[in-house]
Amino acid sequence: MGDILSMTLMAAGLFFFVAGTAGLIRFPDVHSRIHALTKADNLGLGLIVFGAAVQAPDFWDVLKLLLTWLLALAAAGTTAQLIARSELVR
Amino acid sequence: VNFGLLFDIGLCVLLLGVAFAAIAARELFASISLFIGFGLLVAIGWVRIDALNVALAEAAIGAGLTGMLLLNASARIEGAAQGRLPVRLLPILLCTMIAAALGWSIAELAAPAEGLVPLVERNLPAAGVDNAVTAALINFRGWDTLLETVLLVVALIGIWSLGEDAVWRGRPGLDQTVRPDGVLATFGRFLPPLGFLFGAYLVWVGSSAPGGAFQGATVLAVMWVLMMVAGLSEPPSVGSRGFRWALASGPLLFLAMGLLGIFHGGFLFFPPNFAQEMTLLIELGLAVSVALTLGLLLMGAPRRPA
Repeated sequence: MGDILSMTLMAAGLFFFVAGTAGLIRFPDVHSRIHALTKADNLGLGLIVFGAAVQAPDFWDVLKLLLTWLLALAAAGTTAQLIARSELVR
Repeated sequence: VNFGLLFDIGLCVLLLGVAFAAIAARELFASISLFIGFGLLVAIGWVRIDALNVALAEAAIGAGLTGMLLLNASARIEGAAQGRLPVRLLPILLCTMIAAALGWSIAELAAPAEGLVPLVERNLPAAGVDNAVTAALINFRGWDTLLETVLLVVALIGIWSLGEDAVWRGRPGLDQTVRPDGVLATFGRFLPPLGFLFGAYLVWVGSSAPGGAFQGATVLAVMWVLMMVAGLSEPPSVGSRGFRWALASGPLLFLAMGLLGIFHGGFLFFPPNFAQEMTLLIELGLAVSVALTLGLLLMGAPRRPA
């Protein structure tokens, strides 16, 4: 049961990564590429983290996984804003 | 189906592909980005063979810190952003020969011998720490580590000497113009408390689990750099005497501990009764000065008056 849940969540996560990568390659300008990448990757990573959390042996590991996701969210959100702004200034 | 094997083969294919792409990339920036990705993939490879200490070092130092240093360097090279990189035959030939020699020596390796693992395990009780890698780094082959930490300081002096005479003894990095309520300043306030805690944890846990002075110091250094880049902390003057002492303190402490060993049997000999305390002291001292050194390496040559 847990395995099926994990696989479903991770497969959904992978789908978002693929979609984000397709956007990164196909979209015409910096802003739409960043939009595709960060939106999709953040959600994709979240789904993969939840998929892994189902397999975690104890509660602390779940917390660590969640923290990983939150840190990646903060880093991706910040760098996306910075790149988008520097593109506007250019 | 052996999923582990499938994963490993996939990882190897990916590694070779990214390595080739990093070399073949049209722009320096793309090359460096791919190099960083390559480092992270290598770190996963180290995890796969249970070398967690090396994986941490590879991710933090090999991919992250080296990547940032390369980006800094590429910004200093004029015109590096545009145009194809020139093809240089001699370096290509040399690298190919080194790769061939390495490949040949791996192929020629004798059947796996006992190696150093049993030797390290036998002597671990005398080293005062439970993490074999930390024991090897600080105790069994302390000479290498001592010289490595000195080398870092020398590298920093080399980078400083790239600064112009007018700002020698000045501050590294540019004047940061950061909006006080912007995302960068917010991130600079949000991440460092967590990052400093994690860096300190990596240093502390290094005596009994994967981690240690170098990996922890890299995390600390990057947090400090983030604060400097976000305009929340002013980089110190290169000429500051107290700061220079702080940079040298780790290697000096290591050297002092090594000299103490002379009374017990030889230079860098740590008597088993005190090995734990001495190793911990060295690790803490190294963490502070390596963190400061790495942070300043990333900030580059002095560019502003003190």
